[in-house]
Amino acid sequence: MHSICFQATGVPGSNYIFDSCSPALAISKPINLRFCGLRKEAFGFSGLTHSSSGRVHFSSRGHSKKVSASAESNGSPPKSFDYDLIIIGAGVGGHGAALHAVEKGLKTAIIEGDVVGGTCVNRGCVPSKALLAVSGKMRELQSEHHMKALGLQVSAAGYDRQGVADHANNLASKIRSNLTNSMKALGVDILTGVGTIVGPQKVKYGKVGFPDNIVTAKNIIIATGSVPFVPKGIEVDGKTVITSDHALKLESVPDWIAIVGSGYIGLEFSDVYTALGSEVTFIEALDQLMPGFDPEIGKLAQRVLINPRKIDYHTGVFATKITPAKDGKPVIIELIDAKTKEPKDTLEVDAALIATGRAPFTNGLGLENVNVVTQRGFVPVDERLRVIDTNGNLVPHLYCIGDANGKMMLAHAASAQGISVVEQVTGRDHVLNHLSIPAACFTHPEISMVGLTEPQAREKAQKEGFEVGVAKTSFKANTKALAENEGEGLAKLIYRPDNGEILGVHIFGLHAADLIHEASNAIALGTRIQDIKFAVHAHPTLSEVLDELFKSAKVKAAASSHGPVSEPVAV
Amino acid sequence: MANVLQTSFLPSTSSLRRRSISGSKGKSQSLQVKAKIREIFMPALSSTMTEGKIVSWMKSEGDKLSKGESVVVVESDKADMDVESFHEGFLAAIMVEEGGVAPVGSAIALLAETEDEIAEAKAKSQSSSNSTPQVVEEKPKQIEEAAPDVPAAAAAPSVPVAKAVTLGSAVHPASEGGKRIVASPYAKKLAKELKVDLGTVVGSGPLGRIVAKDVEAAAVAVPVAASPAKPDPVASGIELGTVVPFTTMQGAVSRNMVESLSVPTFRVGYTITTNALDALYKKIKSKGVTMTALLAKATALALVQHPVVNSCCRDGNSFTYNSSINIAVAVAIDGGLITPVLQDADKVDIYTLSRKWKELVDKARAKQLQPHEYNTGTFTLSNLGMFGVDRFDAILPPGTGAIMAVGASQPSVVASMDGRIGMKNQMQVNVTADHRVIYGADLAAFLQTLAKIVEDPKDLTF
Repeated sequence: MHSICFQATGVPGSNYIFDSCSPALAISKPINLRFCGLRKEAFGFSGLTHSSSGRVHFSSRGHSKKVSASAESNGSPPKSFDYDLIIIGAGVGGHGAALHAVEKGLKTAIIEGDVVGGTCVNRGCVPSKALLAVSGKMRELQSEHHMKALGLQVSAAGYDRQGVADHANNLASKIRSNLTNSMKALGVDILTGVGTIVGPQKVKYGKVGFPDNIVTAKNIIIATGSVPFVPKGIEVDGKTVITSDHALKLESVPDWIAIVGSGYIGLEFSDVYTALGSEVTFIEALDQLMPGFDPEIGKLAQRVLINPRKIDYHTGVFATKITPAKDGKPVIIELIDAKTKEPKDTLEVDAALIATGRAPFTNGLGLENVNVVTQRGFVPVDERLRVIDTNGNLVPHLYCIGDANGKMMLAHAASAQGISVVEQVTGRDHVLNHLSIPAACFTHPEISMVGLTEPQAREKAQKEGFEVGVAKTSFKANTKALAENEGEGLAKLIYRPDNGEILGVHIFGLHAADLIHEASNAIALGTRIQDIKFAVHAHPTLSEVLDELFKSAKVKAAASSHGPVSEPVAV
Repeated sequence: MANVLQTSFLPSTSSLRRRSISGSKGKSQSLQVKAKIREIFMPALSSTMTEGKIVSWMKSEGDKLSKGESVVVVESDKADMDVESFHEGFLAAIMVEEGGVAPVGSAIALLAETEDEIAEAKAKSQSSSNSTPQVVEEKPKQIEEAAPDVPAAAAAPSVPVAKAVTLGSAVHPASEGGKRIVASPYAKKLAKELKVDLGTVVGSGPLGRIVAKDVEAAAVAVPVAASPAKPDPVASGIELGTVVPFTTMQGAVSRNMVESLSVPTFRVGYTITTNALDALYKKIKSKGVTMTALLAKATALALVQHPVVNSCCRDGNSFTYNSSINIAVAVAIDGGLITPVLQDADKVDIYTLSRKWKELVDKARAKQLQPHEYNTGTFTLSNLGMFGVDRFDAILPPGTGAIMAVGASQPSVVASMDGRIGMKNQMQVNVTADHRVIYGADLAAFLQTLAKIVEDPKDLTF
């Protein structure tokens, strides 16, 4: 479920207000961790505040008291708190933080103005995985060559659009209710409304048309996520010019769709649309498709995922103007050269999907009340995810995780950041190593990666004066992959021959997204190649691709084989 | 294995240098002249690799290469690898095209040291490609008799025609009066593959956009249209009022036509409703199925039930009941006519048949058909439906028993038995047969079976 939620390739500007979450709450003094265990008994619980208006009952806790929040001015921290932790935004990040907070004994509330689950569950990774599951099966059934090689005979594979769309929608509902139930079962309070920070440790929330409630908390986590970024000049009508939000509903399967942006989102949708019979034109501002991937993997992916499919592309161009189809005219896309800015081409297509990345959803959060100014919409944070104000000082008790801080716009990164924050507020210093967070793109076959790309590793090596080794293995040599008749694929390991440190692993091939974790865990735990190469893998499995990869690395004999390579590095 | 993969991807030094070394050693010999043209060999990328497939050429003929620069991507039994150039120079000639397979150690391209030597290298690649049979998928040789004018048939008509805007009726309403070609991504890909010039294709998609089926239709039509409608390229070279000797192919056609007069033929026609076939085609054409393949398949299935129609009379004294049903389909190509053969059309499934057909058409257009691919037909189809021809009469090719002329399927007003009238798509077929072995009742029964198959085409996809 935590697949990747879509990467942001550059997310300029604007914030769109939409439905999303918001907040409430404020806190008081930092709690010392060691009190944590005692807290329940010792402090009883502060009560809930509530502004004169609403009352909130915490049935799960024994001692709630009611406190009138209005008695306190917004500027000064309350003396006692309604909650230990309030999370603004119930996406995957907020959910991960809430669960961990409960485990740590914190009294936790989560504020959500829209639906629980956020982008990932409702408009991102989750429904897209449902569509991709369909596209993967369609691809297989349509590949006569593949079927024949397996000795299978299938007559014309077809699909029912509404059925596919329902599958995606049902999956999202199911995961959403799972998420909601898991939080309710653990005693997390789900407060409905848009959350706004009104002062230190204090949040107000409420639905439109209802009086606001004010709640306080010792610590606040902003986890409001992001919305699709739509560049200027592009008119989204939700029918023929769409974002991923609309595309995931699969209301139509156009004959010809242009996809603006060839990052994860664009690539995944190209996989879905071409499997369902559309033809696709990519529009990419950079000179190369799939920027952000290790170049070698990108090249191979292009050869497998783009060239043989009904896809063409324009690179090095901006779509300056996109007009939705109307009055019998097609969708019109005006392209200019990315460098010279001269008009280059005009495309006429049936639909356009805007997949140019995501913009943080931080408007209306009340950040001005704590003297914080966003940067291109992102909430500035330090490596411990503590929010930084305009003067460069840390805002006490205020954290920001997930897409809203822009560090790494992935659902599971948000969740990991949330857990890291909870660790900190419960007394254990913790810095998340973002280089150990894997990413995946669920095309067929899949792409996954963790750590540095080869060019990044070489740049770092030059700066720091170490040598870089690269090892590769192919899926063509893997028994399980061949049994599935899916031998297309490559795994690539970038490492330090002098000490055996894993710098990055990139996989393109069958189930790459599931395979990456052996590498990401090794990086997270600081395991060295000379140690992990002795770990045993079941045979025959796809995991042996990584086994072989580690075994083929040439670590210098001098490298000792115990202990982590280096402390995790924050990025 | 990985260590093997990790080794340098350079072709082994010795193999790359082979040519130059031998050149310098044999100083007095003619080899010396070629000393500066080097061969690029298929490298051994792993210990178990015996042959490699060219995934893509990263350079084109004429490109300058520096030492160590990647030239080509090769797929071995284990992985895809970039192969780097060991020398500086110019990529003079590519001897194994993308998708081709070559054994380890065989030449896949030539590298010229200077630009001046490119032409020489090219000439050399021509001769060596003929003399290196170990290249598995080398450029198929030209069929001599079929290729008097060597440039690939497709290239010839397309280049000049492209400029003739009159023919470029791909007028997209929003394409600035046809100045711009609006074609879907797959149509563009197909056009490149089938060597169809999009400027000559009429779009039938939304707003006149060119879609895949237009290109497919053009690919089939181009060769046919080429001979009569090709005044543009050829006419410029033709002086009216002159006498031009037959080309080899025209000579062969002429002989066959005269020979056909010695066979007593007769004709039987039939009108077949195609709504069901059209619906089936619509459903499976996205999988590359062509109408030609469907018709060939239907005909073959009908022939299974009427072996006599698949027979022939070679000596005037006996029947030959052919053991396989090989459907020849007439295709007009630049400067003539050829009949690529779909072998065992009754047994091969429709998708394979469609692919085979596409391959044959490509080869025919490039004049690379092998004899067994055009002279083993037992029954011939000739289709002029794409031009709107509603009925015509075909001449029986010598050595076969029957040929079927297929007209266009057109909407027709049809009266039914119960007194209603309705619209149906109908096409007329007309079979010419050798009456020495095939009689009227045979053809009638055959046509009735064919009509049944076409009107209820569910068996075609099995």
